Amino acid sequence: MIDLQGVAYSYSGRELFSDVTLSLEPGSFHFLTGPSGAGKTTFLKLCYMELQATSGRVNVFGRDPRDMTRDDIAKNRARIGIVHQDCQFLDHLPLVENVALPLTVSGKDPDSATEDLKSLLSWVGLSEQANRRPPELSGGERQRAALARAVINAPDIILADEPTGNVDWEMSQRLLSLLVELNKMGTAIMVATHDMNLIRMAKKQVSTRTLRIADRTLVSAGADL
Amino acid sequence: MTDRVTIASFKGFLLGDAQADRAVPPTGFTASLTVFAAAAMSFLAVFALALSLTTERIAERWSEELAQTATIRISAPDGQIEAQTEAALRVLRTTPGVSLARVLTSEEQRELLSPWFGPNLPIDSLPLPQLIEIEEGGNGGLDAEGLRQRLAAEVPGAVLDDHAQWRAPLVQAADRIRGLGLISLVLIAATMAVMITLAANAALSANSKVIGVMRLVGARDVYIARAFVRRYTIRALMGAVVGTVVAMLAVAFLPQDATQDGFLTGLGFERTEWLWPALIPVLAAFVAFWATRTAALRTLKEIT
Repeated sequence: MIDLQGVAYSYSGRELFSDVTLSLEPGSFHFLTGPSGAGKTTFLKLCYMELQATSGRVNVFGRDPRDMTRDDIAKNRARIGIVHQDCQFLDHLPLVENVALPLTVSGKDPDSATEDLKSLLSWVGLSEQANRRPPELSGGERQRAALARAVINAPDIILADEPTGNVDWEMSQRLLSLLVELNKMGTAIMVATHDMNLIRMAKKQVSTRTLRIADRTLVSAGADL
Repeated sequence: MTDRVTIASFKGFLLGDAQADRAVPPTGFTASLTVFAAAAMSFLAVFALALSLTTERIAERWSEELAQTATIRISAPDGQIEAQTEAALRVLRTTPGVSLARVLTSEEQRELLSPWFGPNLPIDSLPLPQLIEIEEGGNGGLDAEGLRQRLAAEVPGAVLDDHAQWRAPLVQAADRIRGLGLISLVLIAATMAVMITLAANAALSANSKVIGVMRLVGARDVYIARAFVRRYTIRALMGAVVGTVVAMLAVAFLPQDATQDGFLTGLGFERTEWLWPALIPVLAAFVAFWATRTAALRTLKEIT
């Protein structure tokens, strides 16, 4: 679904990484680790076409984003569930409408998905906060809401940047189990995280591959765990 | 991205998408600016339209009145006036396009001159020319040049005045004023487009975070733009309706004098002309739709 071949990315003359080759297949589950500033977020942004590779080739659903129209990019993004580190929301809308946003922009009627929305909010522990606005939520609640928004439209791939950074261990396990369930149904998952416990917990439940950005390239980190 | 306004996209625009509309937060000050600008521009547009239509109407009326009459002025020594008047009437009786030829009486000539010389003018003692009033009619109209040549040959003291020298500058002036009125309407529409574009750009800039979130979840540019376009189009329509109605009331209550053909007392609309201002809100909405859509799609292209 997403293929990277010899990809490099430089920012302000500084090369974050180079010669990265990776394929995210349906049903795969990847963790991405590495020190802060190594380029994990940048890597995810390349995958969902917010950034373009300095060199090499990125294929998203079989096409190079550089050959896509803006509409094509939007359509393909609708197939990707994204959890941003800073959990971007529309602050003037209640949480439930924010979570339903991927349905709305893809032309689906959120009212027809009311039950799914309720059960999803319940799963991430935000039922009582459904009608509150994002600025009224804690960091952890925002992260859970971001994950709920990423999965509501049953995407083919979920790219999550530190999705459990501000939640307690119990909630982390709960969020992980949601990702695992989706993965079992064929959704490809890539999670950028520092949380080694989360990775170990996932390995007990599903087949995962852990990658690490080190020395400006992507290496398998399975032996480190 | 598809920039064309397709039937489907226009239908979608008209029907609206409450969720998409809600995605853009209330824009407060720029919203009020748009409503005010549309109202003010529509108010001015109604007056420009009234000026243009009034000019056309009055000029046509003057032109028709002058075109339907002509005058023959006979200047001759005292003993020859009557003979030449008879000769002129004979010519007129056989001239196609003349429905009536009538010699003005002394009283009527005195009335014509009284505004300049007062009512006690001793007209009998003055060497005034004799006037014959002609009313035009019949098929083909009056051939003024042919009549002028016949009079020159048969009635040497007669001069035909078909009012062309008065009519031409009137028609020219009316055309110019009507043209200025239309130019004013175009300028008003352009100014409104500029104002709404600036307001829409300000709103788009203020909502860059909203646009970012919408993009994140896969919203197409057209979808994002539609929320802004609908909002500004509806506001422009509302403002234009208010401005147009207020201006129409103002025009309706302008002092009118049906007996005068002047601009000041004739400015306004007559009968079906009152339907024309109803187009102004529609045009304002179209201008807002086009201006906001163009601005939004251009700005969204600039935001990666």
